[in-house]
Formats: sequence, C-alpha cells, structure tokens
Amino acid sequence: MLMQFVWAFVIGGAICVIGQLMMDVGKLTPAHTMSALVVAGAVIDGLGWYDPFIRFAGAGASVPITSFGNALVHGTITTIDSDGWIGVFTGLFQVTSAGIAAAIIFSFLAAVVARPKG
Amino acid sequence: MAMKSKMMMPVQKEYQELAKQKEPARPVLSNCIRAFLVGGVICLIGEGLMLFYQRVGGFSEKAASSPTVVTLILISVLLTSFGLYDKIAQWAGAGTAVPVTGFANSMCSAAIEHKSEGLVLGVGGNMFKLAGSVIVFGTVAAFLIGIIHVLFKLGG
Repeated sequence: MLMQFVWAFVIGGAICVIGQLMMDVGKLTPAHTMSALVVAGAVIDGLGWYDPFIRFAGAGASVPITSFGNALVHGTITTIDSDGWIGVFTGLFQVTSAGIAAAIIFSFLAAVVARPKG
Repeated sequence: MAMKSKMMMPVQKEYQELAKQKEPARPVLSNCIRAFLVGGVICLIGEGLMLFYQRVGGFSEKAASSPTVVTLILISVLLTSFGLYDKIAQWAGAGTAVPVTGFANSMCSAAIEHKSEGLVLGVGGNMFKLAGSVIVFGTVAAFLIGIIHVLFKLGG
C-alpha cells in the first residue's frame, strides 16, 4: 500500500515536470501545453496503454490532465462497443461528465459568492 | 503571440533579437523540482481520496476516480475563491497547472474575474476562456480515435 502512494507521487510529479519542460524549454503557452497533454492522453488510451498505466500509478496517472484525454477516448470506445458507431457522439463525455459537471457547477457557485482578487 | 518574422520591419526584428538577449534565463531545473513536488503532492492527495472512497464510500477501484476528481475540483475551487491557488501556482508552475485541479482553477478564476460583467455575459461567457482549448482538442482527438476504432476495430 505504501508503494501505491510512492508511485502516485513520483509519476504524478513526473507528468508535471514534462508539462514544465514543455513551457520552459519548448516555450509553449500553458494553453498549448495542456491541449498537447490532453491529446497525448487520448492517443495513449487509443493505443490501449492508459489503463495499465493507471493500474500501476493510480492517482499519479488519473489526476493529471492527460487522464482527461484518456477518459474521453475510454467513454467513446466503450459506448461504440455496446451501442455501435453512434457511441462516437453519445459516449464521448460519459466518463468525463463528473469532472466537467463539477468544474462548471462549483465555478459558477464560487463566482456568485466570491469577489475578484488582486 | 509574437508576429511572424517575415512580416516584421527590420527595426522590429532588431528589437526582438535584443529582447531575446535581455530575457532572463529561466531557472528550468528549480522550476522542474517545484513542479515535481507540488504535482506529486496533489496526486498523493488524490491517491488518499481514492483509497478513502474505496474503503469508506464503497466504490469499486475504477469507480472511485469520479468522486476523487469531484473532491479535488471542489478543493481547487475553494482555494481559488480565497485567492490561495494562484499564490501556490506562482511557485509551483506546471505542478498546479497539469493536475485536474489546474483545469478547475482556470475555469473558476475566469468566472470570478469576469463577474463584474454580469452572470450571463461575464461568468457564463468567460468560464471556458482558458479551459475551452483543452476540451476542444480533447474532444476532437477522442472523436478521431473513435472513428478509427469504428473503421478498423483498433484501440481500447
């Protein structure tokens, strides 16, 4: 169980280092970096490698934004397998719904209550 | 965004080169160490939440990642509302931007920043200003991979 936490820390940190290098050395804007990481996660899951990666690294693989691309592809492919081609449209947001819904709802409520800082 | 160098006047080109020389060197190594530490800690918290939802919440190993992400987003939105997330982000760089909390932070801070323009035009219209590109490119990539799966039965 301890190793589970160690790998989550090390792999999660390593993905953030990749992002930092893309910004510092590759001179990409944060938006370009995040978009590239999401597409990378999508491609990795398309190849079938993201699931074993999560089994190994746990939250180290599922918390970084690459996991968002993985979840988009995962929902799409699972739904295609059960419902056919229409799954490309109906399954896309199936797995990511929790994250997107939570981000919209909490951000809206926060904007209603909070005041702009600085 | 910098202008394409072809379209620049000679003076502008000279200025760009001068600016490049005078630009302080980025402390890449220390930036990376900070990103590693903070990003690692956020994933560590995620792993703890995941275990909590499995043991206490009765979620399966796979299903536990949804409540984990929701909780991380809630924490991120609260920290953003109090102005703390941006303070940590200044120190941590990609360490706070790459985890899903950074995605929530970009939506929440855009929503709060444009609050003065009203709930519909300000909050509603600007919430995805920064997060939008991530969703658009993720969606298009997943769509294309889905099409490849339909046509060639590959992937997954």
